[in-house]
Amino acid sequence: MAAFDEMRGHDDAVRPVYRDIAEWFEAAPQELITSRKAEAEAFFRRIGITFAVYGDEQGAERIIPFDILPRVITSGEWARLAEGLEQRVRAINAFIGDVYGAREVVKAGIVPEDLILANPAFRPEMTRIKPPKDIYAHIAGIDMVRTGPDEFFVLEDNARTPSGVSYMLENREAMLRLFPELLGRQKIKPVDQYPEELLATLRSVAPPTAPGEPTVVVLTPGPYNSAYYEHSFLADRMGVELVEGPDLFVRGNVVYMRTTEGPKRVDVIYRRVDDEYLDPLTFRPDSTLGVPGLMSAYKARNVTITNAVGTGVADDKAIYSYMPDIVRFFTGKDAMLKNIETYRCREPKMLSHVLANIGELVVKEVNGSGGYGMLVGPHATKAQREAFALKVKANPDNYIAQPTLALSTVPCFVEEGLAPRHVDLRPFVLSGSDKVRIVPGGLTRVALKKGSLVVNSSQGGGTKDTWVVDADSSAGTA
Amino acid sequence: MLARTADNLFWLSRYVERAESLARILDVALRLATLPSAYAGSSNEWESAIDTAACSQAFYAAYPIANEKNVTEFIIAGETNPSSIRRCIENARHNARAVRTAITTEVWEILNDAWNQLQRIKLKNMNGQELTRFLSFVKEVSLRFDGTAYRTMLRTDHYWFQRLGMFIERSDNTARLLDVKYHVLLPEQEPVGGGLDYFQWSALLRSLSALNSYHLIYREGIKPWLVADFLILRSEQPRSLISTYKNLNEVLDLLSERYGRQGPSQRLVRSTFADLQNVDTDRLFQQGLHEFLVAFLGENNRLGMAISEQYLQ
Repeated sequence: MAAFDEMRGHDDAVRPVYRDIAEWFEAAPQELITSRKAEAEAFFRRIGITFAVYGDEQGAERIIPFDILPRVITSGEWARLAEGLEQRVRAINAFIGDVYGAREVVKAGIVPEDLILANPAFRPEMTRIKPPKDIYAHIAGIDMVRTGPDEFFVLEDNARTPSGVSYMLENREAMLRLFPELLGRQKIKPVDQYPEELLATLRSVAPPTAPGEPTVVVLTPGPYNSAYYEHSFLADRMGVELVEGPDLFVRGNVVYMRTTEGPKRVDVIYRRVDDEYLDPLTFRPDSTLGVPGLMSAYKARNVTITNAVGTGVADDKAIYSYMPDIVRFFTGKDAMLKNIETYRCREPKMLSHVLANIGELVVKEVNGSGGYGMLVGPHATKAQREAFALKVKANPDNYIAQPTLALSTVPCFVEEGLAPRHVDLRPFVLSGSDKVRIVPGGLTRVALKKGSLVVNSSQGGGTKDTWVVDADSSAGTA
Repeated sequence: MLARTADNLFWLSRYVERAESLARILDVALRLATLPSAYAGSSNEWESAIDTAACSQAFYAAYPIANEKNVTEFIIAGETNPSSIRRCIENARHNARAVRTAITTEVWEILNDAWNQLQRIKLKNMNGQELTRFLSFVKEVSLRFDGTAYRTMLRTDHYWFQRLGMFIERSDNTARLLDVKYHVLLPEQEPVGGGLDYFQWSALLRSLSALNSYHLIYREGIKPWLVADFLILRSEQPRSLISTYKNLNEVLDLLSERYGRQGPSQRLVRSTFADLQNVDTDRLFQQGLHEFLVAFLGENNRLGMAISEQYLQ
C-alpha cells in the first residue's frame, strides 16, 4: 500500500489544510526557495543550535537539517490527539507510582512482575522514596506516527529525559523570520509559551519544605553533551540557573548551589543527566556529573528531581505492548490513542509467529533507542534477516516485533526537488500537580533518506516546523 | 549567580581582550618592520613582540629565531601557544557557550560568529594583506563584543564580572606594552626627539588607537615621559592604568553594594587606585619606570586572584 501523503492524500489531490502552503511553494521561484533554505541554515548556525557528534574530532558541531516546508495538523485532529496524550501520560504516572508502591497492576495480572523487576531501568531505591506530589514523568515525549487521514498511533513513550523541544521552538522562530508572508495567511497555534508552562509545571511540584517562590535549576552534563544547546536554551527561557554537578552540593539533606553570594538552596532540579550519573554515592561511583548525597536529599523530600528517578521502567518497548491494558486499568477507560500491534517474543506463540513472518515485520530490541538495534524486515536482505532471527531465538525476552506500517509522508526539499519523506511527531506533555499542559504540535522529525523510516538525527533525520492550524475540523479530512 | 557562571563571564571577556591586545602587538611590530633600520633602530621588533605577549618560553621552544613569519604564526595560531589569538577566541566562545543563559543573544552571536569565521580563515602563511585583514577582524570582534555587551546586557552582577575580566586584562596589557617598549627604547637617558624613538612611540600609540588623542591632550611632539604619563596617569585615556583602576574600583563597589559585603578585592583595588592617584611623573622616572610597572603587574595579578577567591569559586 502506498503511504499516505499528508499534503496530497492518497489520491494526489492537495488536502484543504495544505492548500495555502502548496500554492505558495508552487508559485515561489526556485531561486527564492534556494536562498531561503540557505538562510535557514545560516540562522541555525548563527544561534549555535548544534549538536555534537560523538567520536568526531573536537570542535565538530553539526546542525540538524531543517526542511522549510511545514507539517500541518488541523486543530480538530490535534484536540483528539491532545486528549489522548493527557490520558496516556496520566496512566504512565499512575503506573510508575504503582510499580514503586503497591504494585496493584501486577496483582491484577496486567503486567508480569519479572518484566518490571528485571528491567535495567528499574530503581529499587524508589520503592523507599515518594516524590513530592506523586508525579514521576513530569516531562514526557510521546512519539506518534500516522498512516491515514484519521489514523494516528503511538510509536513509543519517552518518560526519561525526552529532548527536542528546543527544535520545536527554534523551527517556529526560523519560519517566522523566513516566511512571514506564508505564516500570515494562516491561524497557527503558538508554541513559544512552552518555557513558561515548563516553569509553572516545575514550580507546581516543589517539595513541601520549599519557600513560597521555589528555586528551580536545570542540571546539565555540560557543554560537551550533545543536547547542551537545549539545556541552556530552556534555562535561559525560563530564567533559571543552568548548573553542572559540581555547582551543587548537599548539606544536612538539603541541596545548595554555589553562588557568588555563598550557598543558595535549590528546590526543584530539572535534570538532563541520566539516573546512573545523578549521585555517585547511590549509583555509578565514578560519575563526576552528579551530586554526592542528592538521593538522600530526595528521600528526605527536600528536593524534587524531574523527571523522577526510575521512570525508565515505563518506557521500554516490552512495557509498551501492555500500555492499552495499563491505560484501562488506571483510568477506567479504553485508551484513546492506539498502540501499534506488538508481538512479544518472550511469549512462545508470538515468537514463532515473528520468526515465520520476519520479512514483513519490524523487530526491535526492548531497550534499544536512536534507531539502533532494529531490523526493518521488508528492507533487509535475506542474510540480515537470518542473522537477526538467530539473535531473537537466542534471547527472545529482549525483542518485540511490529507490523511494518506505511508511515505518512510530507513533501520535503531534497536534492531531486520536492519529494515525499516519512515523518513522525513528538508532542511534549507536561504533568504538574495542578494540571497537564501540552503545547499544540510538537517536534516533527523526518527521514530524509528516500524510503527510510528512521527519523533519528544520528541517522540522517531532519526536522520540520509543525503547525496546528485553526481550521474548521471538516477541513482536515481529504 | 553561580560562582562558575561568574568565572566564565570573567574569563570570557579576558580572552576577548587578550585576543585584541595580541592583534595590537602584531600591529606595532608590522608597522615598525616596514621602516628602514635607520628609523626603527637595531632592536628586533619581533623579539619585542614575543616579550610583550609574554610567551617567549613557549615560543623559543618551538622556533629558533624571532622573525615575522615565526612570530605571526605563533601568536596567531601556534599549536604550542596556549594564548594564541585562535585559542583566545575559542576559549571566549567556549566560556560563552557555558553561560548562554547569562549573556544576551547578541553577545553570544558576536562570539559564535567570530568562531564560525575563524574556522574558515587560513591561519598559516598569510600574505601581508591577509594578515592586516585578519588583525582588523580580531580588533573588530573585540569592539563589537564590548559595544554589544555595553548596549544589551542588564546592569547586574553578570555584566560586572564580565567588565572585571576585561579591565584586569587591559591593565595587564597596557603595563606590559609600556614596559617592553620602554625597556627596548631607553636603556640609558638617550637624547630624545630623534627619528628612532619617535617612530617607535608613535607606532605604539597608533596601535592603541591613541596617537590622535595624544596630540589632543598634550599639543606637542611625542616624548617618552609624556607617553608614559598618558598611558599610566591620564584618566582621559580609556586604556590608561588609572582609567582601568577607576573602573575596577567602581565595579567592585557595585558588587559589594549588591551583595552587602566587602572583601579583599575591594581593599586591594582601593589601595592600588590610591597609589596611582598619588604617583608623580618625575618621581616615576627617577625611581625607574620598569620597577614601577613590574610592581604594578604584580598588584594587578594579586587583584585577579583575590576576585577569583572571593567570588569565582
